Amino acid sequence: MEKKWFTISIYSENNVGLLNRISGIFLKRHINIESLNVSKSEIQDVSKFTVVVFMEEELARKVVGQIEKQIEVIKAYYHEDDDTIYQESVLFKIASNLLFDERQIQNIIKDCNATIVTVSREFFVLAKTGRKHEIDDMYQQLLPFGIMQFVRSGRIAVTKSEMPISSILAAFKK
Amino acid sequence: MEGVRGRTMETIKEKKKQTPSTTGLKISGAEAIIHCLLAEGVDLIYGYPGGAIMPVYDELYKFQDKLTHILTRHEQGATHAAQGYARVSGRVGVAIATSGPGATNLVTGLADAQIDSTPMVCITGQVGSHLLGSDAFQETDIVGISTPVTKWNYQITKASEIPTILAKAFYIARSGRPGPVLIDITKDAQFDTFEFSYEKCTGVRSYNPVPKPDISKIEAAAELINCAKKPFIVYGQGVILGQAEKELKTLVEKAGIPAAWTILGLSAMDTDHPLNVGMVGMHGNYGPNVLTNECDLLIAIGMRFDDRVTGSLDTYAKQAKVIHFEIDPAEVNKNVKADVTVLGNAKETLQLLLPKIKENSHEAWHNEFKKKYEIEFNEVIKEELNPTKDGLTMAEVIKEINIASNNSAIIVTDVGQHQMVACRYAKFNQTKSNVTSGGLGTMGFALPAAIGAKMGAMDREVVAIIGDGGYQMTIQELGVIFQHNLAVKIVVLNNDHLGMVRQWQELFFESRYASTVMVNPDFVKIAEGYHIEAKRVSERKDLKTTVQEMMASKKPYFLEVKVEKEDNVFPMIPTGASVSDIRLK
Repeated sequence: MEKKWFTISIYSENNVGLLNRISGIFLKRHINIESLNVSKSEIQDVSKFTVVVFMEEELARKVVGQIEKQIEVIKAYYHEDDDTIYQESVLFKIASNLLFDERQIQNIIKDCNATIVTVSREFFVLAKTGRKHEIDDMYQQLLPFGIMQFVRSGRIAVTKSEMPISSILAAFKK
Repeated sequence: MEGVRGRTMETIKEKKKQTPSTTGLKISGAEAIIHCLLAEGVDLIYGYPGGAIMPVYDELYKFQDKLTHILTRHEQGATHAAQGYARVSGRVGVAIATSGPGATNLVTGLADAQIDSTPMVCITGQVGSHLLGSDAFQETDIVGISTPVTKWNYQITKASEIPTILAKAFYIARSGRPGPVLIDITKDAQFDTFEFSYEKCTGVRSYNPVPKPDISKIEAAAELINCAKKPFIVYGQGVILGQAEKELKTLVEKAGIPAAWTILGLSAMDTDHPLNVGMVGMHGNYGPNVLTNECDLLIAIGMRFDDRVTGSLDTYAKQAKVIHFEIDPAEVNKNVKADVTVLGNAKETLQLLLPKIKENSHEAWHNEFKKKYEIEFNEVIKEELNPTKDGLTMAEVIKEINIASNNSAIIVTDVGQHQMVACRYAKFNQTKSNVTSGGLGTMGFALPAAIGAKMGAMDREVVAIIGDGGYQMTIQELGVIFQHNLAVKIVVLNNDHLGMVRQWQELFFESRYASTVMVNPDFVKIAEGYHIEAKRVSERKDLKTTVQEMMASKKPYFLEVKVEKEDNVFPMIPTGASVSDIRLK
């Protein structure tokens, strides 16, 4: 079976130790997590893990099953890229003199729809939100000029289909 | 002192009756732990004291008339004893230990209970919360360490958390697919006082222990079963855990379907039942393995298609439709793809299935099993049970135990050749009678597990069958048997080798016996050192009478049987081979 990118969305209780439990499932099967984001979800007191992995669908299904089995996981899903709307954020720290010496940098900022977060005497910081390839593209353009620091966030994604967590929780109350 | 103790309990109980939500009475976290255990119906725990759990032991001292603590000689023994207790009684086993090494010594038992779905709650002491993360004396991150081998775990740092967390621990351990839970409790949480009240846990919102049966799946399963010409049932421990023994038997008899056990399913159905055709898997019976690849419908009930059952998945039951009755959704389509999946508790789903099943006998198909059994009998079983050579076989020892116990003993086995032989030849006429380490294959399991099994079923005979290797891994637990005069019958089948590994070395490593020859002590003298009656049998003429003497004894009894040194267990499916390629020699 062909390997694909999958976004795994995990709704869970907000408890210490759960991240360890979930990452252990990936560890056991030697699966590399490409990106991981943990945040609040749309439901109060429910956390959401967004995990990006590159694997066969069959394996994604099994892994999601084993994640969902964990006591504090309410529900887990996996989706292909086409079934989600996703973004990543990135910050570039670049030497300030380049902003004036290298005209091209200003064009890159405009073309990439990046924003300048701050400018100081020594450095300025660019922020960009977008898809992985857009960020990769901007990185490649800036690379020749020198990047002092670079950091990219984990993917965040919402799905086109419904993830009916509220109804699962409501069913429990009955 | 007694009176004071009694009064304290009374007060709490009475106050609880008056106002269930709050007692108004402050007690320490350590005392609260005892009340939680009592509220869960626990009257027996296994453990080992140490610094970080001392407040709890102090309370155990005060409550010793209500809660018996058994001091095992190693924390690993405490977990296996709790497992043995849980496996025969169906109740939650409890083990308790201190922080650091006490806690890490529980890990093997936790892993064993996790893979064999045994309900167990382990309580560990932890250093004071102000010391957490500082590498304090006997501090270890047991929650981190035990995460992959527990169904759930949690660290309590406040006394007030104790009732809700322990209630949740017992609920999680015993519900759905059971498993081990570890609760780590800091020493300050044991000392601090709070207003105690206890409410049993009845649900956790993120956890659905038993999926609701889907009637359409049950109908689909019934249709496949009614149309099948060569249906075959493989049942596992899910039948025992789900208390579905009667339903399984009814299904087997009504539809006339031959049924085989997995190692942990053994004893769910009487071994002498005419439609109970043997064991599947690596050292299982010939017919059940070969005919797995000839049946047209494989009905898996409460089992998880372990690799030791299936051999190579590429050639496993490819010709057959598969129905999987299973409580754990994560086990479905994990190893073997099912055509129909019936999620739920086996008792519930089989009860829904039974009215839809047509009566049948499948005589010709059943005869295929009989024919295969004849082949196996002539090639293997006959000589194993009634040897013509001088050396004693493991199987003839099991046969004598069957005879002397009327097939009604609880058989606790360790891991290795003796285990496979026992699971092939031991006879059972009661459920929950086969206690063994199946999934993890933990050598050293049997002796402590037999202690727990005996305490979980005091009215029954418990026979521990152990190899000379595994016996020495937890031999110190003889101390518990001696101290409590537990009438456990211990049978060491001594071949002076780590027999199973030696067998593999002979078959797959050109007989290079690396570290498998055992230089053994005088086992009889060791048992006698613990004041346990002990005998050694080296000749066939003494076997029957000595086994009879052992089974007739009302006290602990140790029997060493010197068996043939280089016997192999057959049939055998070599690792990675197909079930069809099972070897008879």
